[in-house]
Amino acid sequence: MEEDVKITIIDREGVAHEVDAPTDMNMNLMEIVRSYELAPEGTVGICGGMAMCASCQCYVLSDTPLTEMQDDEEAMLAEAFHVEDNSRLGCQIPITKDLEGLKVQLAPEE
Amino acid sequence: MVKTDILIIGAGPTGLFTVFEAGLLKLKCHLIDALPQPGGQCSELYPKKPIYDIPGFPEVLAGDLVDNLMEQIKSFEPGFTLGERAETIDKQEDGSFIVTTNKGTQHHAKVVAIAGGLGSFEPRKPPIPNIANFEDKGVAYMVKDPEVYRNKKVVIAGGGDSALDWSIFLADVASEVTLVHRRNEFRGALDSVDRVKELKDLGKINLITPAEISEVRGNDNGDLEAVLIRKNNEASEEILLEVDHFIPLFGLSPKLGPIANWGLEIEKNAIKVDNTLDYQTNIPGVYAIGDVNTYPGKLKLILCGFHEATLMCQSAFQRIFPDKKYVMKYTTVGGVTGFDGTKKEAPKAVVKAID
Repeated sequence: MEEDVKITIIDREGVAHEVDAPTDMNMNLMEIVRSYELAPEGTVGICGGMAMCASCQCYVLSDTPLTEMQDDEEAMLAEAFHVEDNSRLGCQIPITKDLEGLKVQLAPEE
Repeated sequence: MVKTDILIIGAGPTGLFTVFEAGLLKLKCHLIDALPQPGGQCSELYPKKPIYDIPGFPEVLAGDLVDNLMEQIKSFEPGFTLGERAETIDKQEDGSFIVTTNKGTQHHAKVVAIAGGLGSFEPRKPPIPNIANFEDKGVAYMVKDPEVYRNKKVVIAGGGDSALDWSIFLADVASEVTLVHRRNEFRGALDSVDRVKELKDLGKINLITPAEISEVRGNDNGDLEAVLIRKNNEASEEILLEVDHFIPLFGLSPKLGPIANWGLEIEKNAIKVDNTLDYQTNIPGVYAIGDVNTYPGKLKLILCGFHEATLMCQSAFQRIFPDKKYVMKYTTVGGVTGFDGTKKEAPKAVVKAID
């Protein structure tokens, strides 16, 4: 669809999935992962998208411009495990036109 | 032994509302929850956040919703076993169940309703190699009895309220308190952060940031002896700190836990139920309602949990009283008669002639 962007998501087994992510459904990256069932239900987006767990943590592999990190995401990542410099919470990344070509890898399950 | 009609596992909104629907059918309820307070996620994760899809409430704070539910079920006098996790279930010959918690509290009920949400909240354990070998041998994920730490060397890891609060508290108890956090910033209550800074300046808390504990080491008896702290993520800045106790405090996260071993059919980390009828599981007499269950088209919404609780109670009633005749009655018609003797009912219409 015209409103979609192409995003590559590497799952926790290391398999890369190129998926179409709609920009017109008020979705975030965590929800894209869930909608394509790229991780078992109950292992991603546990808190529902409130930046209150780190189950949607991912590593950003492309230099795609992303929305800036807010305080609650920053604080959650300070407590999360397996955090790297390129860690973000998928639930805090809204799907927009700017994300065309984004490549991320899901962080291991805690 | 606690005796009740319906034993509800999980005191979140769905579990709490079950008490009301059961109470209308004169069934008594008792709730078990691993958290120390009722409300589940609503109290533990986001009490101050608004919810917009509770029918009849254009906006309600999660914490207020829990308060309202507690008020709504008060007259049905539910029992609570809080701070304990349901561990085992044993079916009795008469079809009833005994559920035992991790602390050994036993509950005998005719029907079990699992309203476990995402599972029981357990401490998050940092991925440090071998750390499991030192659990109860110097490593603990929560402070149960602060006296254990008297005159001992303690290291705490974490950057939230509990890490700050326990560092402050133990500064007066332990012989040495070290607080390790990955960032220089802490996100706890402002006065806790200020107090930790004071204690650091007084030399009562040894603060190491930004740093992480990367290894735990034991002595010949298998007890914790030291932790390796890596500062600034540089191997050249590693500190080997001798400690008696290591307390990682990284908050709580929900885990399905022991329920997963109860012989229930599990799919997608949730319990499969019969959604065509009564949300019963594959074990007759055991129901699963709210976020913990799954069926085709399932939505994890509080309002769906309320509906599931209501249908489940009707089925539980029929199971407990197979021969009793019953038809559903509106509360507006029948009122609400509590087990405490109170009765709420609609005011009677006044019939009076106008002369």
